[in-house]
Amino acid sequence: MTRLPDDLSIDLHYWMRLTRTMDDQLVTLWKQGRGVGTTFNQRGHEAISVAAGMALAPDDVVAPMHRDLGCYLVRGMTPRRLMANQLGRATGVTRGRDGNLHGCGDLSLNLIGFISHLPQTMPVALGAAMSFSYRSEPRVALTFVGDGSSCAGVFHESLNLAAVQRAPFVVVIENNQYAYSTPLHQQMAIDDLAVRASGHGVESRTVDGNDVEEVYGTVEAAVAKAREGGGPTLIEARTMRMLGHAIHDGAEYVPQALLDEWEARDPLLLHEEKLTSRGLVDREYLARVAEKCREIVADAVEFAESSEWPDPGTVTDGVYAA
Amino acid sequence: MDSTRTMTYIEAIRDGLRTEMRRDPDVLVMGEDIGGEFGGAFKATKGLEAEFGPRRVMNTPMTELAFIGAATGMGLMGLRPVIEVQFADFISTGFDSIVQYAATTHYRWQAAVPWVIRAPADGGIRSGPFHSQNPEAWFVHTPGLKVVAPATPADAKGLLLAAIRDNNPVIYFESKPLYRSLRGEVPAGDRATPIGRARIAREGQHVTVITYGEMVRQAVLAADGLAPEVGVEVIDLRSLKPLDRDTIMASARKTGRVVVAHAANRLAGVGAEIAADVGQTAFEYLDAPICRVGGLDVPVPFSPPLEDAYRPGADDITAAIRETVAY
Repeated sequence: MTRLPDDLSIDLHYWMRLTRTMDDQLVTLWKQGRGVGTTFNQRGHEAISVAAGMALAPDDVVAPMHRDLGCYLVRGMTPRRLMANQLGRATGVTRGRDGNLHGCGDLSLNLIGFISHLPQTMPVALGAAMSFSYRSEPRVALTFVGDGSSCAGVFHESLNLAAVQRAPFVVVIENNQYAYSTPLHQQMAIDDLAVRASGHGVESRTVDGNDVEEVYGTVEAAVAKAREGGGPTLIEARTMRMLGHAIHDGAEYVPQALLDEWEARDPLLLHEEKLTSRGLVDREYLARVAEKCREIVADAVEFAESSEWPDPGTVTDGVYAA
Repeated sequence: MDSTRTMTYIEAIRDGLRTEMRRDPDVLVMGEDIGGEFGGAFKATKGLEAEFGPRRVMNTPMTELAFIGAATGMGLMGLRPVIEVQFADFISTGFDSIVQYAATTHYRWQAAVPWVIRAPADGGIRSGPFHSQNPEAWFVHTPGLKVVAPATPADAKGLLLAAIRDNNPVIYFESKPLYRSLRGEVPAGDRATPIGRARIAREGQHVTVITYGEMVRQAVLAADGLAPEVGVEVIDLRSLKPLDRDTIMASARKTGRVVVAHAANRLAGVGAEIAADVGQTAFEYLDAPICRVGGLDVPVPFSPPLEDAYRPGADDITAAIRETVAY
C-alpha cells in the first residue's frame, strides 16, 4: 500500500487520540456514577472508525454504529453534542430522545443514525447509496457492521440488494472477536468474514483494523471504486474489543491472553510509534495533542453536565415530521 | 380540475401512482415483481415502467428488510419511494425496518422518512392464512407511523396522493376484495384526501357503524337492508392513525349507539381502541353498550366455509346493529 501523505497520517492520529480521550472520559464518568443509562466502549475500534470516516468525501454519507465514536467526531459532530447525548440532555444530538451514540444522525453532516437492531441501519445506508444512483450523483454511502450482525439476515439481504443494484456502497465489518459475550466460533463456522461477500457477487478486502493507515487506504480505494460506478465492497477490519460490551460488562469471559496479544498492538500507540519513527512528530507533540484533547473533552463534559434536562412537557414533540 | 372518471379501485391506485410520478421526479415505486410488462401480482403498477423506466419502477429481490430499509435511506435523502409488499401478510418480513427504524427516526434525530408502503390486505377471496391478513393493528400501535385504509376508488387515489406527499412513513392498506369489484367516480388530476379525516359514508340517526376498508361496503349493505326502520350512520374512517376522533365522537353523541366493525380479528384490534375511546369520551350520550364486530382470533382459514365463519360481513353487522338498537 502506498504511503499516505504525512499531513493525513498526523490528522488520523489526532482524531484517534480525541476518540480515545473521550472514551476514557466516558468510562471515568460512569465509574463515578455521573453517567446516565449505559455507554459503549470504544477501545480497540479507534483506527477503523476514524480511518473510514476520513476516507469519505464531505458529500458522502456514513451510518456509524455504537463503536464508531471516532467516525462521528471526524464527520464534524462536536464532542459537546455527543457528550450531552450521552448524558440525556436537551443539548444532545437527540435532545434526550435516544441514548449514548444511538440515533446520533444529522443529515447536515451527512450522518445517518443507527438503531440497536444491528444491522438494520445497513439497508438504510444502502438506500442512501441507491438514491445517489437514482440522481446520478457522484456520492458514496458507507456503513459499519459487527461480526455479530454479519450473521443476521438483513446483512445478507442488504449485500445482495447492493450487488444487484451495483450501488455506490461500502460496508466495513468491525470484527472485534465477540458479539457481546459470544466468541466468533460460536457465531459462525468461518474464520474469514470477507468470504460473506463472494456469495453475493460483492468484492471484499480484509485489513488489519489496528493499522489506521491500512484501513484508510483500503476504504479510500473502495470508496473511489464505488464513486466510479464499480459497485459495492465489503471490508473486514480485524480488531479486538478491549473492554466489555458496555460499561456494565466486565467481560470476564474474554481470555486474558487474547487481550494481552491485542494490547500489544493498540491501534493508537501503534500509530504513534509509526509517526515518531518516521520523524513526523516527536514525543512533545504527542503530549501536546493529548493535552489538547483532554481540554476539548473536559469542555464537553462541563457543557453536558451544565446543560438543561429536556422539558418533560416536550415528551410528545417530534414524533412526526411536519 | 372538476372532471371525474369512473374506474375500479385498483385502477384508481394506478392512477394515483401515475399522477404522483408525473408530478414529482422524486417519486419512485419499488417491490417484488412490479416492473416490466408483468406489473405486479395484482397489476397495480402495470404500464408504469414503460412510461417511467426501470430507474423509477424498481424490481427488487425477495428481501423486504433490505428494500424497506433502503426506502428509508432513500427517503432520508429526499426521495419518495412507494413500496409494494405484494401481500400485506408479507409485511412482517420487513417488520424491524418499519417499526424500529423508520417509525422512530424523526422522534430520535428529527429526520423525515417520507415513504409509503402499499399493503394489499384483506381476504374473502379464498387465499388462505398467508394471503388474507389484515395486520393494521401492529402499525397503529407503533408511534411514528401513519396508517390509512381506503374504501372507495376516489379515496384509493386521494389517500395515496396524500400518503406520498406526507413527510412520514405511511402504511397504505388497500383492500384486495375491492380491487376489481368496486367501481366509482374518481376526480381527475391531483385531488388528495387529507390523512386523518373520516368520511360519513351514509347518514343516519339511530346507530353509528364505525368501520374502514371493505367493511364499509358491508356496513352500507347492512344499513340499506335495515332502512327505513333503522337509520344507520356509516363512518368510513379512511385513516386509522391518526384517527378522526371529532367525527367519531360527533356521530356517537348524535346516535347514542355505536357498532365498530373490521375484518381484522377483533381481539386487540383497532376497533378495541375506538370502542374504549368512545366509551370514555361519549359515555353520557350512549344508550347501549358499544358492540364490536371483527374476525375470530384464529389464522385466516382457506376453505370457503371456514373463511366465511372467520370473516365478518353484512349479516354480522346487521345482527350487531339489531342487538345495539334493541338494547
